[in-house]
Amino acid sequence: MYDDIVRSDSSLRRFLHGLPGVDQVGCEARAAGLGTRSIKTTAKAYAIDLAIRMVDLTTLEGADTHGKVKALASKAKRPDPADPSCPATAAVCVYPDMVATAKQTLGDSGVHVAAVATAFPSGRAAMDIKLADTRDAVEAGADEIDMVIDRGAFLSGRYLDVYDEIVQVKEACGDAHLKVIFETGELQTYDNVRRASWLAMMAGGHFIKTSTGKVQPAATLPVTLIMLEAVRDFRDQTGQMVGVKPAGGIKTTKDAIKYLVMVNEIAGPDWLDPDWFRFGASTLLNDLLMQRTKMTTGRYSGPDYFTLD
Amino acid sequence: MSNIFEYAPAPESRAIVDIKPSYGLFIDGEFVDGTGKAFKTINPATEEVLAEVAEASDADVDAAVKAARRAYTRVWSRMSGAERAKYLYRIARIIQERGRELAVLESIDNGKPIKESRDVDIPVVAAHFFYYAGWADKLEHSGYGSTPLGVAGQIIPWNFPLLMLAWKIAPALACGNTVVLKPAETTPLTALLFAEICQQADLPPGVVNIVTGAGETGRAIVSHPDVDKVAFTGSTDVGKAIARAVAGTDKKVTLELGGKAANIVFDDAPLDQAIEGIVNGIFFNQGHVCCAGSRLLVQESVADEVMERLKRRMATLRVGDPLDKNTDVGAINSAEQLAKIRELSDIGEAEGAERWSAPCELPSNGYWFAPTVFTGVSQAHRIAREEIFGPVLSVLTFRTPSEAIEKANNTPFGLSAGVWTDKGSRILSMANRLRAGVVWANTFNKFDPTSPFGGYKESGYGREGGRHGLEGYLKGEDS
Repeated sequence: MYDDIVRSDSSLRRFLHGLPGVDQVGCEARAAGLGTRSIKTTAKAYAIDLAIRMVDLTTLEGADTHGKVKALASKAKRPDPADPSCPATAAVCVYPDMVATAKQTLGDSGVHVAAVATAFPSGRAAMDIKLADTRDAVEAGADEIDMVIDRGAFLSGRYLDVYDEIVQVKEACGDAHLKVIFETGELQTYDNVRRASWLAMMAGGHFIKTSTGKVQPAATLPVTLIMLEAVRDFRDQTGQMVGVKPAGGIKTTKDAIKYLVMVNEIAGPDWLDPDWFRFGASTLLNDLLMQRTKMTTGRYSGPDYFTLD
Repeated sequence: MSNIFEYAPAPESRAIVDIKPSYGLFIDGEFVDGTGKAFKTINPATEEVLAEVAEASDADVDAAVKAARRAYTRVWSRMSGAERAKYLYRIARIIQERGRELAVLESIDNGKPIKESRDVDIPVVAAHFFYYAGWADKLEHSGYGSTPLGVAGQIIPWNFPLLMLAWKIAPALACGNTVVLKPAETTPLTALLFAEICQQADLPPGVVNIVTGAGETGRAIVSHPDVDKVAFTGSTDVGKAIARAVAGTDKKVTLELGGKAANIVFDDAPLDQAIEGIVNGIFFNQGHVCCAGSRLLVQESVADEVMERLKRRMATLRVGDPLDKNTDVGAINSAEQLAKIRELSDIGEAEGAERWSAPCELPSNGYWFAPTVFTGVSQAHRIAREEIFGPVLSVLTFRTPSEAIEKANNTPFGLSAGVWTDKGSRILSMANRLRAGVVWANTFNKFDPTSPFGGYKESGYGREGGRHGLEGYLKGEDS
């Protein structure tokens, strides 16, 4: 239904620049206002378990080894060895060369393997290399591909190039789900975030994702607010749902709950599901586990009672 | 697992507040029994009686004015500005320290959500005292001289009990006046707690006097011959009566009265933020706001989209227990006000406007009104002309900027207005042509002590806040 819009750079630009603008002050005030919701007792217990189920447990380091990835995958399957009622995370997120290892450990546990591809995190490589990177990860068994957009192209107004790249990567994904990373810390303005969101949704991305985690600021509440508004409006227009994934910088249960409140009140309860909302995080999981244990036992325990990875 | 994220109750504790069974008047630095009869103040969210409060008689008001006069001549007008500032700073700090107590008490007596009393009312109250404390020793640079007027009689409304007290008392004291203040009869408790704070701050006796009561007490203050200045915030009818009462005397008067503000949304507005501004404009403080954006003027080309988004947003408003930290809209302040809101809303329907209320469950006790919006409203409808002072929005449309201006200005009021557009030049041209004391651009209901506030036409005269707010309490450059 967007064929006319994506016909040329200028028609695409007209559409993206015709989207309602974002008032920065108002947007940040709304995000801060939702952040003051007080989530207690039963609501908190619900939110913690939901947040755990939404975590894409991530390791994206040059120092990653097969051992490290195996350990992380075990943790994703059973985050709290002391409590079998604790749910598994949604996925583990690794570089493409670690996909096979992660897959082996996860088996048929239902925990997905997500791989960052397309010359993550900068995206500065030739197109055929980005596509090869994607195919490589999918062949190794990745269920989900986290691609980065070409921010250089986006910022210089070559929207159609960005669109075409997403379409091609999606094709290379086959059955794997595609998450499109904007690196909002480089796009800078909320207007850009809204435009990138529509661009990625029109190109067929299953998820839109804030950041690689390698650039500061990574995920913020107002940026996520804009993306949640975008997926809400996109469904109103097309009937299609797109997921949202803030990644990087979400470290505490308190933060995670603020995001869930925002999902609930901006996009709506349909998005309160790991199929439609994820957290890209590593240290967040242990804080969630610590708070979960506090909810069930009434006591805080120290970090040594939870596994490192 | 279901997708329903039900927020469990998150009540702010009442334990911090100590409400006495009965209260007297605060005159000459002490709490004294009034000579009139007592009246009750209730919690509008539960209809529970909170306390009995003395109704100040003419004799009580006279005693308060005499105490204020004594304190004025002997102490306060002779004190250096820097010394007066020390007291005001001290009061500001105590307000911050006792902020939670004040916020909880305000929510109990008024019905406003704790999130507003905690995050808006009380912080702005403290900011007002800090701001005017800074002026006390710099009045010669104000442009209005540095000679105080004398005794100020001040009458405040029930919608922002402590904030209106601060708007009145802080500039009066900074300029060297002493005050006799009457809080509204439905919300006297935070003013009486403020009296305690004056004691705690060692404010000299008689500088601040608080007399509780209703219309008769107010009349006694206004007509007292030894009152030099009358400051009033409230309804336009009472404001007119006050203006008549002081005509022919040498009393100075400032009046801050009603409003029927236009919140104007252009088709290039940042729509999601405009929706927030519309909601904040009319549902903040249950719409009990004189500068509320009670008339939405929306450009026809985006009217349907705006209404759809607005209704979706209104459905997420949480109406209920004012002390719950997640409550967005609290209780209507009194049975009388609720009756007035209901009456005007019924008239709106009878006149042919289409009524829609947010689907929400209202508590069975107390005074409640669901957030409501009327579409298909025309300039001729009473709900487009009269101040409802409740959570009721009237929606009108326009086609061009000139039409927006004409409709916005076509009202006997002129307190505030809002403009939503991405175009900076349009903001400036609209602000120039709107006859309203405050024009907000891409925001609404923002209050700051440094910014003057006041109205055109039937919205009153005089300004409160900022440097301009000093004018009402000083004799002027020549004297």
